[in-house]
Amino acid sequence: MIYREAGQFKTTYTADQAVFPIVQDRWFIAAVAFLALGVPFVANEYWLQVVLIPFLLFSLAAIGLNLLTGYTGQLSLGTGGFMAVGGYMTYKITTAFPDLNILVVFAAAGLISAGAGLVFGLPSLRIKGFYLAVATLASQFFLGWLFNRVGWFYNYSSSGTITAPPREILGIMVTGPEATAEVRYYVALAIVTVMAVAAKNLVRGRIGRSWMAIRDMDVAAEIIGIRPFRTKLLAFSISSFYCGVAGAMLVFLWLGSAETEAFDIVVSFDVLFMIIIGGLGSILGSFLGAAFIVLVPVLLTNAPQLFGLTMAIDLQKHIEVVLFGSLIIFFLIVEPNGLARLWQITKEKLRLWPFPY
Amino acid sequence: MKLRNLTLSLVGLSLVGAAAGAAGSLVTTAAFAQAEQFFPMLVYRTGPYAPSGIPVANGFRDYYTLINERDGGINGVKITFEECETKYNTKLGVECYEKLKNKGPTGATLVNPFSTGITYQLIPKAPVDEVPILSMGYGRTAAADGRVFEWIFNFPATYWSQASAFVRYVAQQEGGEANLKGKKIAHVYHNSAYGKEANATLEVLAKKYGFELTLLAVDHPGQEQKSTWLQVRRLKPDWIFMSGWGVMNQVAVKEAAAINYPMDHFVGNWWSGSDADVIPAGDGSIGYKSTAFHGAGTGWPVHQDIIKYVYGGDEAKAKENNIGEVLYNRTIVNAMFGVEAVRTAQGKFGNKPLTGKQVRWGLENLNITKARLKELGMEGFMKPLKVTCRDHETGGSVIIQQWDGKKWSFSSDWIPPISEVVRPMIEEAAAAYAKENNITPRSC
Repeated sequence: MIYREAGQFKTTYTADQAVFPIVQDRWFIAAVAFLALGVPFVANEYWLQVVLIPFLLFSLAAIGLNLLTGYTGQLSLGTGGFMAVGGYMTYKITTAFPDLNILVVFAAAGLISAGAGLVFGLPSLRIKGFYLAVATLASQFFLGWLFNRVGWFYNYSSSGTITAPPREILGIMVTGPEATAEVRYYVALAIVTVMAVAAKNLVRGRIGRSWMAIRDMDVAAEIIGIRPFRTKLLAFSISSFYCGVAGAMLVFLWLGSAETEAFDIVVSFDVLFMIIIGGLGSILGSFLGAAFIVLVPVLLTNAPQLFGLTMAIDLQKHIEVVLFGSLIIFFLIVEPNGLARLWQITKEKLRLWPFPY
Repeated sequence: MKLRNLTLSLVGLSLVGAAAGAAGSLVTTAAFAQAEQFFPMLVYRTGPYAPSGIPVANGFRDYYTLINERDGGINGVKITFEECETKYNTKLGVECYEKLKNKGPTGATLVNPFSTGITYQLIPKAPVDEVPILSMGYGRTAAADGRVFEWIFNFPATYWSQASAFVRYVAQQEGGEANLKGKKIAHVYHNSAYGKEANATLEVLAKKYGFELTLLAVDHPGQEQKSTWLQVRRLKPDWIFMSGWGVMNQVAVKEAAAINYPMDHFVGNWWSGSDADVIPAGDGSIGYKSTAFHGAGTGWPVHQDIIKYVYGGDEAKAKENNIGEVLYNRTIVNAMFGVEAVRTAQGKFGNKPLTGKQVRWGLENLNITKARLKELGMEGFMKPLKVTCRDHETGGSVIIQQWDGKKWSFSSDWIPPISEVVRPMIEEAAAAYAKENNITPRSC
């Protein structure tokens, strides 16, 4: 009843091609934007630091992987490695050129990460599916090894840890210990918004369509004139760009310092789970999946206190892992196509409600 | 069918959402104004580091409980504490820190991260949140320079001092520094911020004394070390120094025993010398050594007090909770430092719950004398120490302990570090940190 587009007429092609053609959707997005902007006024530092900032940066990483895996069909387990490239390169560039605007540094690090993606994407021209996953796994381990063993990447500090130095934009501290959680949240929000809108438009355009053609059947795509070489490598490099920026945000806007352990294989798996649970080939799904993977553990940690339960901390942690796993299985059984599909079905039902046929 | 699935999922989602909202309201409600001093506890009772984490967590809990039960708190101010599980994972560690830092009437007293990785994360936050960090014998070595690292304390010794003391010990055993020339020493280390700490010092000392240093990294978590020990077998080093943690230690000791390496030439650092590290290797681990800065076993009055006041005289139960194990005893020392720092600060600010800023003053003016150790029931358990504004490490001497198959006992005198090498390195590293982060060092 509420969600029905009856009476909304499109009179131009532009209106017909809008990202959100339905008025209610636009209202919904406006409400989300309003909430996202207003949340630091009500949330405390714990919420910003533990929930919202990691949610944003993992959403970005999930979008990156979704472009590659969800849209182009190239399974990748190298996300953590590409994020590490972003994090370490941001550190190298910003310590070498302290006066360079940190956002420019993020972009530059993203480009280097894109280059790394390009190189590790080369095998995708020959191998497919699970075999490609194994090849990208090599990139994960190689990059982790590289940043751990070669002192140049961490400026030869004795422990191999990189620390985000204080950097400001327009006189406001953005990174380093004195940057408040609110500022870091807004910077993360701005980056993610811009890049998510870019991704959404990318997948709607020529490039996105060629990716999907490759995903659905590469031989057919080649016959209609899409060059697999160019398309696959483009997907790898753009995906790595997104992951690289997410990695830079992880070090500079979230943790403040990191070693290679922060980018280990678990991160790659987490991001992969995000897009599987959220929905392959969906930008919205990337956000939903990131929310699920980031939020649910935090929630489960705090749940026992909520119900006034006191239990041994180790028992609680074990229960938490069990519950988290069960929830993943539960959602995959009831909706194998991810949370984004669930959202879509809800919208379809709402359209007919209350008179379904 | 579709509809049922949809309803099911929506029910699941709304449950998750409701719990999230409730969790939010929970986190924001805290603060109870009473005479209580809150100590946050970052623990790891699960995961691959649990063998090391459990005695640590129990030690803190028991000492705080002892102070409450025996003395009624610190000069009448009750200690409260809360555990938060980190799995030795830096991300979870930061989450725990954020969760606990504002609890209690005056916020967190001080934080003992018990993980070098987490310490690195918290160091930049400490001055901003005004929560001092007591990283006792771990964390960032450069923090020993109190002029740059005002809020970080790593007494009674650092990784670098320890590594240099190990080299001094080897020199003693080999009959003088001149005999170090040409000797082969291997460093088996956990490939993380923690394990790498000693490398730089060992490299400098290798150059200085002319011994041949081989660095052998073991990747997290260290369950698989076959290739490392194959290299050891090929290399036949005269001495092995190890910086391990958690499950890595017991695997290394077992592997060393399996290749018949002479155990009395295998020296772990103080995180590689606990009971859990040697027991799994059985008789193979007899003779294994490690550095330490306090005693092992239950032979001190403080242990008797813990059995009496915390466990109600039930010695078996206390044993079950790791009393007397090396790591347990280490946390007794650590918890004691925290409590004494509060006591010292109370001398200046009054007997009431203190803020992190006041406790920082207490840490910097901490003076544990021999007489005080006796009062605490820890005479001969550890060395007296005095913290100054300039020196947050104090002394840095270590002692070598040896495993005889049943218990650890001291097998050397206190070995001072090679300060003329280590201290300039510390000051250099601290100055570099200060420059990178725009910190003006204090003058003292």
